[in-house]
Amino acid sequence: MLSSLGYGFVIAALIGAAIMCAAGFRAGLSHSGTGVTAAVARRASYFAFFAMTAAMAVMEVALVTHDFSVEYVSRVGSLETPTYYSAISLWSSLDGSILFWGWILAGYGALFALTRRREWDARSGTTVSRAGGLAEGLRMTPVVTAVIGTVGLFFFGLLVGPANPFGLVDPAPVNGPGPNPLLQNHPLMGLHPPMLYFGFVGMTVPFAFAIAGLLTGNVEARWLRDARRWTIAAWAFLSMGIIGGGWWSYEVLGWGGAWAWDPVENASFLPWLTATAFLHSAMVQERRGMLKTWNLTLMISTFLLVLFGTFLTRSGIIDSVHAFSEVAIGPLFFGFIALVMIVSLGLIGWRSNRLHAPGQIEGAVSRESAFIVNNLLLVGFTFTVLLGTMFPLIIEAIRGDRISVGAPYFDMVASPIGLALLFLMGIDPALPWRRASGEKIRKAFQIGVGLAILAAALAFAFGIRRVYPILTIAAAAFVMTTIAEEFAKGVRARRRISGGSAARALADLFVRNGRRYGGYVVHTGVVVVALAISVSWTWKSEREGTLHAGERMTIGDYEIEFVEVWARQEPQRLVVGSTFKAYRDGRPIGEEQPRMNFYPASQQPVATPAVNSSLTSDLYLTLMSFDQDEGAYATVRAIVNPGMVWLWIGGMIVGIGALIAIWPRGVGRVRTAGDELLAATASAVTALPASVGDAGPAGDSGELAASVVAPVSEDGDP
Amino acid sequence: MKKNRIWMLVGLLAIGGAIVTLAAGGLSDNMVFFLTPTELGARTPEIYGSAIRLGGQVKPGSVDWDPETSKLEFVITEGDAEIDVESTGAPPAMFADGLGVVVEGTYGKDHVFHSTNVMVKHSNEYEPPHDGTDPKETFKSLIQGGS
Repeated sequence: MLSSLGYGFVIAALIGAAIMCAAGFRAGLSHSGTGVTAAVARRASYFAFFAMTAAMAVMEVALVTHDFSVEYVSRVGSLETPTYYSAISLWSSLDGSILFWGWILAGYGALFALTRRREWDARSGTTVSRAGGLAEGLRMTPVVTAVIGTVGLFFFGLLVGPANPFGLVDPAPVNGPGPNPLLQNHPLMGLHPPMLYFGFVGMTVPFAFAIAGLLTGNVEARWLRDARRWTIAAWAFLSMGIIGGGWWSYEVLGWGGAWAWDPVENASFLPWLTATAFLHSAMVQERRGMLKTWNLTLMISTFLLVLFGTFLTRSGIIDSVHAFSEVAIGPLFFGFIALVMIVSLGLIGWRSNRLHAPGQIEGAVSRESAFIVNNLLLVGFTFTVLLGTMFPLIIEAIRGDRISVGAPYFDMVASPIGLALLFLMGIDPALPWRRASGEKIRKAFQIGVGLAILAAALAFAFGIRRVYPILTIAAAAFVMTTIAEEFAKGVRARRRISGGSAARALADLFVRNGRRYGGYVVHTGVVVVALAISVSWTWKSEREGTLHAGERMTIGDYEIEFVEVWARQEPQRLVVGSTFKAYRDGRPIGEEQPRMNFYPASQQPVATPAVNSSLTSDLYLTLMSFDQDEGAYATVRAIVNPGMVWLWIGGMIVGIGALIAIWPRGVGRVRTAGDELLAATASAVTALPASVGDAGPAGDSGELAASVVAPVSEDGDP
Repeated sequence: MKKNRIWMLVGLLAIGGAIVTLAAGGLSDNMVFFLTPTELGARTPEIYGSAIRLGGQVKPGSVDWDPETSKLEFVITEGDAEIDVESTGAPPAMFADGLGVVVEGTYGKDHVFHSTNVMVKHSNEYEPPHDGTDPKETFKSLIQGGS
């Protein structure tokens, strides 16, 4: 019953997506398009979302009630699996995760339509242009919806066809194998996959903007600002998903680290890199009208990398190029990626005459040139990670040799590029647009450079002898100085204008210009993450030992004492655990219980390390083996990871900063009102600080003041 | 204006070139060959000293693990081919006869594989238990007598 119900909803969603396409393209691209057609596309996106939500709900009911007549449940469910893990096993295998993908896509489509609802009301004849069809400014929205619908057609199509999770199993089995043991071993599994999916799928919206801009011939900066905002939202999800994935891997996999440059991890990192590049280069286009083609390329590439990542992790191609065609969706995905690539390139070629940039680089040292260097580094980073991920597949396809590219390769390329990017974060915000005089550069960076040198000297004095950690610490000091100076400048400017306390002025900065100052918060989070990586890498210590009852082992400030091995039968698994008393600097800090979990579906146990976290360092214990006869001894691997907690805290700071940056205010509300006149006024107002800033070398402080004052302006970019 | 653009271009090319050089050098230094015991045998002597991931099964009865010295010795087989493996550090959880394993390290002139990392082969996707085994029983018997 649930099987056909769920399938019915998926088909309904497919129909909704088809209407989104047909009505959206007609409304935005055809001479006969009207507000009514646009409204049909809008309603279709709501319809598709409701249908997908219903399909998801049916699947969740089937999972939680263990209805094994539904094919997906029969493959990932089991009566013994606790309800929480049954519910989240939606994303534990291919078909379910495509369903989840599709639901989020429909959600983004509906949310986009909702934010534009006023604009689409066909209230008067002014929405129709003289040449027929919708007025110029109203064409983008239905076409964006249509592009989202097109992507929906592909994913809902997969669900109807080769990746149908709702197949009927008759007769229904009495029980199933349960989800992949690794995926039901820790509650964090409920956290990072949804984050990653929200991030991945969210990149569809900027992509849809790019394609709609090309189709309608509207390649001006006006919609770029909106596309950037959607990108920040998706980017924030992706960032927290990546950090959350690291956290999960740290808490579950038992090797003591958070990132191994595994293809699955790389797949999530690649679109993050290009999206980050876009977030910066978009500001160059907003300000200076340059890099139009480049920005379109980044938006499209990010989406392609999202598809590629999904393909890479879901088609089995990672294991071997030859596994690729064994999964039915492999070739389909490959075809869709190729199609998106060809159509995008074709559209960019077709519109090349409109993509010519009016502005050009004026000074070799300016904010835009620093952004261009930032972009080159990010794209170079993308290239090297992509190369390392794909190289084994290329070699296997050409020579038949099976090779892998070790983590040292990625570390080797990531360290210098990451470090250069970190330093740039301290340079970009302090540079003026267009050009900077030598005097100004000296003034902007003298404190920062001084503190960076001081920090490096301190690091050296504290015994750090490795180059990268010292440079990372110096870069962190440099970046934080720039950010502090930017905040100080902003607070001073606000107080000059409206008086009040410094705290009030600071709050005002976030409220009035969240985009800029939220960006600085994001940068702060990135600095924290970089420091955490560097510190944990420098001071990590590891020791392995076999202990009998009462025996102790020392590692760093910590000491552990083996107590016993125990076993416990749980409904879905058998747990063998060990108990250790842990001490730090001689004081007891509690009992740690690293465990091994045996799942019926798996031949090998899944280890659960015990982690004792503190703000300064983590004690990380993994049970390696134990005396199977009497439980007399246990072999344990103990790792001390300094500063690990700051990796997760940094990730949260990034998320908070991004939230501040996209929090709706001023211009956003005017836009959704959809009134062309108002919107035009608003963009004239936002252009104002730009023109003040462009007035010449002296315009820098004027630009800042204007961006701090302008009530409806979101301008002034970090 | 022209001069600025040229300098920009030179700078960008330099950065791009550096990244490509870095990537190319890094790749050739960090390539790890994935081989089976048979392939490893066929590739001597030129494979001596290269980074290798060797995959196969643990030969039943070959495991010699000394918890006191943390020394692990065993044989990896695949059909008729056999390779001796030496490693320090505890074997992965529940390392057992007949298990599929991957070892990372180098193969030396002494015809012993010196492993730095022993991994149990595991797949991202679910694999049903093989016929004829009842895992629950296996695991219970494993810890029988355990406290």
